[in-house]
Amino acid sequence: MGFVPVFLSEWTKFRTVRGWVISLVLAAVLCVAFTFVVANGNNQGGCTGPPAPGSGPNSPGTNCYTGHPFVPNGPDGEAVADSYEFVEHPLTGDGTLTAQVTSLTGLISNGPASVAPSLAHTQPGLAAWAKAGILLTPNTTQGWQYAAIMATGSHGVRFQYNYTHDQAGQPGVVSAGTPRWLRLTRTGDTITGYESTNGTIWRQIGIAHLAGLPPTVTIGLFVTSPVSFQSSSLGVPTQATAAFDDITLEGNAVSNNWQGRSIGTSSQDYYPTLAAGSYHRSGNALVLSGSGDIALAVNPLAGGDTASSSLWFGLLVAMILIIVVATMFITVEYRRGLIRTTFTATPRRGSVLAAKAVVVGAIAFVTGVLAAAVAIPLGEHILNTNGNYIFPSSALTVASIIAGSGALLGLTAVAVLALGTILRTSASAVTAGIVVFVFPYIVSTFSSAAVGTWLFRLSPAAGFSVLGVLPRSALVSYPGTMANGYYPLTPWAGLLVLCAYAALSLGIAFFVLRRRDA
Amino acid sequence: MTDALRAEWTKLRTLTSTGWLLVGTIALTVAVSAGIAAATHLTAESGQDPTKLALSGIDLGQAIVAVLAVLTISEEYGTGMIRVTIAAMPRRLVLLAAKSTNVAGLTLFAGLVAVAGCLLAGRIMLPGDGLNPAHGYALVSIMHGATLRAAVGSVLYLVLITLLSLGMATAIRDTAVSIGVVLGLLYLPLILAQAVADPLRRLILQISPMPAGLAIQATANLRSLPIAPWTGLGVLAAWAVASLLIGGLLLRLRDA
Repeated sequence: MGFVPVFLSEWTKFRTVRGWVISLVLAAVLCVAFTFVVANGNNQGGCTGPPAPGSGPNSPGTNCYTGHPFVPNGPDGEAVADSYEFVEHPLTGDGTLTAQVTSLTGLISNGPASVAPSLAHTQPGLAAWAKAGILLTPNTTQGWQYAAIMATGSHGVRFQYNYTHDQAGQPGVVSAGTPRWLRLTRTGDTITGYESTNGTIWRQIGIAHLAGLPPTVTIGLFVTSPVSFQSSSLGVPTQATAAFDDITLEGNAVSNNWQGRSIGTSSQDYYPTLAAGSYHRSGNALVLSGSGDIALAVNPLAGGDTASSSLWFGLLVAMILIIVVATMFITVEYRRGLIRTTFTATPRRGSVLAAKAVVVGAIAFVTGVLAAAVAIPLGEHILNTNGNYIFPSSALTVASIIAGSGALLGLTAVAVLALGTILRTSASAVTAGIVVFVFPYIVSTFSSAAVGTWLFRLSPAAGFSVLGVLPRSALVSYPGTMANGYYPLTPWAGLLVLCAYAALSLGIAFFVLRRRDA
Repeated sequence: MTDALRAEWTKLRTLTSTGWLLVGTIALTVAVSAGIAAATHLTAESGQDPTKLALSGIDLGQAIVAVLAVLTISEEYGTGMIRVTIAAMPRRLVLLAAKSTNVAGLTLFAGLVAVAGCLLAGRIMLPGDGLNPAHGYALVSIMHGATLRAAVGSVLYLVLITLLSLGMATAIRDTAVSIGVVLGLLYLPLILAQAVADPLRRLILQISPMPAGLAIQATANLRSLPIAPWTGLGVLAAWAVASLLIGGLLLRLRDA
């Protein structure tokens, strides 16, 4: 007998039990309903002022508002930070700007959390990704394309363009004894960055091709300094000050028309800055102070919601229902003695288990896909209505979350079915299935987040990583923790961990099924 | 009633699963507490609660006592034994009362051992994590009034969880579905509370059985709790009573 009749008989067994079919419909409905509840329960925006009476000292205040500050999108549609202090000069056609950085120092906010950051409450200290150097952009609108060569706080000289591209130059910090010469050259659409330690011997660091660069661009000196998470998990703003010397601009129609401006530091902009930037120019020398960052946007600064951020709880509820149904699909046969009939009809026991796994896995997959396909747009809509910022995500990303949700439920169903086959009783299989997925979230409520993080790496709950869509960047120092929405594994790695558990339990189930009497 | 108690006791005692589940409850509770204590370290934010940390194994241990309670009734339905039982003891509410008393007594015993083990683990391990008098944290001690309340309350918590589970299983009758519903009811509200903001978060923590009931374990920052310790345990007691009433009513009204 081939596989198809076995598959069809298992499919008939499943679809004719009304309770199971109702449970699956209920799983999808509850997934959507709880996505709505979670999305609707997050009226972010913010609260200021004193905490409500009776709540803890770290609770938010009582003056609440909805809506989120402006988060710019970069050239590829990704959310970015684009805040800096800029002293610029127009440049038509090809040209080169050269400057010497003679010092780079910084200030870190250390005032109490209840007081707005200001220069009055600071201590000396330079952020690792504080940046000072030369930047070229066709347009100073936030999120526009750019290329820049810069000295950084502790990552050496860097050539970066369009927020995500980075090439490292010489390491080391800038000081009076070890100044850095930087040079940025435009030739057509090509921007080249050079560095030098003495102003005579130059080394090329990187090249960027900025497509569609207009004839006239703006080039200039910039300073910025990102939020530091070293002393506080909430982050504190910082400021950097750089001294430039020997500033030389070569090109067509160069006047002395330098203009200073702050980019992305208004109260509507999301990126926290320490204070308004400032500059002081005398001849070829310039002292420039700035606060902000030019990089990929990261949580927690940008607000924290994604296309999938209200889906996970609904998916967990659906998962519990699927665990119960998938377990019963085999344990009920043992309980009722039907398993003996089944094995008499199909003596190849492996085929029976395989057919059951295909049926229950496919049904759970479809349930997850349908539920996520409805829940994700609904959740996004509600979050938008409540004024929450949502990280932009491409249609491909959304499609992968939907497929991932299906895979998460499908693999779980197969793993639990195998567990039910091994244990033959509902109680143990259902309990184990539920506790394994629920416990990492429960542990996270305790003080030790490290245990929860490890469980999301090593336990089957790693499968929830399919919901992790926040972009990561090595060019920003930020706490990529679960609390901020960053899963410890990538979606594929997480799914692979769950897959390994499903394969292992299925393997053991095949083995014991053949060895034991029914 | 005595006969009913004795009959149910014999059934419960002669099942091998009962012993394993009780041992499992104690072992799992103490092991999780010890594991959490080992992973804990002193954080900059003040207000860690050594007693609550020491008793955190209850969060997982309760799943096993819930399973024990569910099995005492649902397995009778699964095997058809319930018809024999009801034929022998036609007064069904007496039957449910006998089952409740037996399973609550067993849980009381297991809970006492488990809580004692948890407190001992906390007493030995937490000072090494920095939660010691040098950093302003008292040693976990039963002589401390709040800790005594947390310990006694945790045992009562387990007993109430047993009764809640038994009531729900009486109403639902199927093992897998009962366990799914009971564990979902216990764990999901706490997780949902993490996903939403106030005031919904606070409301969930006040009215759900597990978060409200576990308020009894708090010995620090009592003012910032969503619900007071004994009030919280009262909420869980209300859940247990309601569940037993509904279970009892359905047992009385339905054919077996």
